[in-house]
Amino acid sequence: METQKQMEERLWDYIDGLSSTEEKSVIDKLLQHDMEWKKKYNELLETHKLLHSSELEAPSLRFTKNVMEEIAKYHIAPATKTYINKKIIWGISFFFIAVIAGFLIYGFGQIDWSAKSGNGFQFDLSKVDVSKFFNNTYINIFMMLNVVLGLFLLDNYLGKRRKAAHKKA
Amino acid sequence: MSTGLSDNEIIGKVLNGDQQAYASLVERYQNYVFTLAMRFIKSREDAEEVAQDIFIKAYRSLADFRGASKFSTWLYTIVNTTCITFLRKKKLDTYSLDQEKVFEVADSQDSGFRANLVEQKSRNTMVNEAIALLGADDAEIITLFYKAEQTLEEIGKILGLDPKTAKVRLHRARVRLKEKMETHFAEEVKDLN
Repeated sequence: METQKQMEERLWDYIDGLSSTEEKSVIDKLLQHDMEWKKKYNELLETHKLLHSSELEAPSLRFTKNVMEEIAKYHIAPATKTYINKKIIWGISFFFIAVIAGFLIYGFGQIDWSAKSGNGFQFDLSKVDVSKFFNNTYINIFMMLNVVLGLFLLDNYLGKRRKAAHKKA
Repeated sequence: MSTGLSDNEIIGKVLNGDQQAYASLVERYQNYVFTLAMRFIKSREDAEEVAQDIFIKAYRSLADFRGASKFSTWLYTIVNTTCITFLRKKKLDTYSLDQEKVFEVADSQDSGFRANLVEQKSRNTMVNEAIALLGADDAEIITLFYKAEQTLEEIGKILGLDPKTAKVRLHRARVRLKEKMETHFAEEVKDLN
């Protein structure tokens, strides 16, 4: 037995024109022969008509004028894609991918593939020794790389600003 | 004036420096935007201010409109985010679907409406008042579907939902609206049948 909710959902789809051709013909038949369906359909159709006939609210008569007065103070901002530097996004992505890949390669490099164990694949985290990578030397190298990258990006940014200033002049 | 031109043609003119052409877009969509704003913000003054803000935001971001969707869909996305931001800032009651208070608020509002029931309401007034009794989520989706003529896919884009979820939400909103009409406007509904 179809619940009232399911019936309503199917009828709304039918009214909104969202039913498939097959479903539409099934509902057409139901509407012809089943009084309950017919009654519910008329009820929903009335609501549907009411909703379509309802009027929109209107703002004050000066609305357009007010908006136009306001926008006279502004300029259209350049499209987002024109000022987002894709190279920076690619650079950041590359950095993170490289770090993840580095860790993975190192991690897999630590696995003793020849070891035989009855439990199949085993990954002994305790064997992974990251301490030697986080010693002073490696941290210094990492920081230096970041400083170089930062200087490179700053130079890029200043160069672009200079070019833009030249263009304006 | 640029009346008669399509939205995209008007946008092209505005982007080429004809700022005045934007007035046609404002005139074309002001009632839709204002009605949607009213679904969130019950005060006309605030809703008008927010609607104005929406058109200014749309103007400033016009270069970002790439024409992948209808201008109206893009504009209603701005309506949705601006209204939510406004409500958050003002800390007003956002009558969410999940809030139990929705019905308490609706019922308290109803006492005011009942006082006015002495005079027979027109169908339009009844529908608008019944929609006003709904939560903002329900009122918005009904307005987008019936008045702004957005498809379920477009509504999904505006509200950040899957079209199927938008369909379920629309269905729930209609059920609630019907309940509101039957509860608060029983006489009018009887006259309709």
